[in-house]
Amino acid sequence: MNLNFAAFVANLYYMGIGMLCIFVVIAVIILSVFVLDKISGAIAKKAAEKEENGQN
Amino acid sequence: MEILYENLLQMDWRYLVMWVIGGVLIYLAIKKDMEPTLLLPIGFGTILVNLPNSGAIDQLLASGETEHGALTTLFNAGIANELFPLILFIGIGAMIDFGPLLSNPKLMIFGAAAQFGIFFTLCLASIFFDINDAASIAIIGAADGPTAIVVANKLNSQYLAPIMVAAYSYMALVPIIQPPVIKLLTTKKERMIRMEYHGKEVSKLTKILFPIVITIIAGLVAPASVALVGFLMFGNLIRECGVLNSLSETAQKVLANLITIFLGITIASQMSAEKFLNLDTLLILGLGLFAFIFDTAGGVLFAKFLNLFLKKKINPMIGAAGISAFPMSGRIVHKMGLAEDPQNFLLMHSIGVNVSGQIASVIAGGLILSFFM
Repeated sequence: MNLNFAAFVANLYYMGIGMLCIFVVIAVIILSVFVLDKISGAIAKKAAEKEENGQN
Repeated sequence: MEILYENLLQMDWRYLVMWVIGGVLIYLAIKKDMEPTLLLPIGFGTILVNLPNSGAIDQLLASGETEHGALTTLFNAGIANELFPLILFIGIGAMIDFGPLLSNPKLMIFGAAAQFGIFFTLCLASIFFDINDAASIAIIGAADGPTAIVVANKLNSQYLAPIMVAAYSYMALVPIIQPPVIKLLTTKKERMIRMEYHGKEVSKLTKILFPIVITIIAGLVAPASVALVGFLMFGNLIRECGVLNSLSETAQKVLANLITIFLGITIASQMSAEKFLNLDTLLILGLGLFAFIFDTAGGVLFAKFLNLFLKKKINPMIGAAGISAFPMSGRIVHKMGLAEDPQNFLLMHSIGVNVSGQIASVIAGGLILSFFM
């Protein structure tokens, strides 16, 4: 087995870029969930208002 | 008479060692209840393929022809093309309730932090192995068997068998591996931090749109992972849509069980003594454990780092649940919290983080494929 210590240093780049990408993707997903929540909340509110108006 | 013992004469000490390994896996499955659905078929299959001239796997005859074995056929049909792990993901997706995560989406950040071990191990493993094998070994840290299989397969790793065995074994060893790492990195005071849970109602529309949105985002960023994420999210969509209850139930039980039976015993087709008994296997098991430990440490340390800036402190133990071993990891953190303070209920937080670990590990697998394919 050949030990290639230079590969460790060379691949630190992938560690940095990999972790950065994961945090960015997760941040985008978190933002999307907030947006989804807002949208579905607004739709639910509208539906409730419509129902209330219909009853009146 | 000769026909009775001629095969016996071909016995090799390595077969005996593999029988012991198979026996240990069966023992752990039955006696210690460690991932019995996988370790038992793998253990039995290990014995099955390590019999001289086993008809269960392909054998090269003296005439130069290949005699096909059932397990090799199953391997080519279900694992070499990644079909079994992907179908299993439909079942897993149907089992997961994203509710705790959707009611507090900020928890997802710990799922990202807990992938540190994968990328650090990638660097470390590259000292010993070529980059494709190193990347395949590193993904063991995700504690996610199907992802490990898909990544190792797509990267044409020659170490598929030990990678699969390590991934599934470490999933089973979560209760043994994680607590000492968590304890080492946290103080008693930190472990006693209470976290309030405000169970927010998540609308059905959000639950339906979530798997679709995740698939699109993951597919755009890491297209190589879209099959993994897509099958997981498809299973979840079946669960949440509300009109496919019988399909959801089938995916969670029958489909998942059926695939699990074949997956375990098919993985064992790669456990032949010639492939398994070498120094590389030991090194892979060691590096896999290293990845797992550093994933746990990554989550805990990130939570401690956030606590430096937060007024309302987070219990850093929940960071450890950011791995994919669901729901074991979430439960372990909850139990550790209760052990320090019987009134400290971390379950909803830790399960939320654990679910995010499932998503993040698949994305990590996809990123690794994007880098090295």
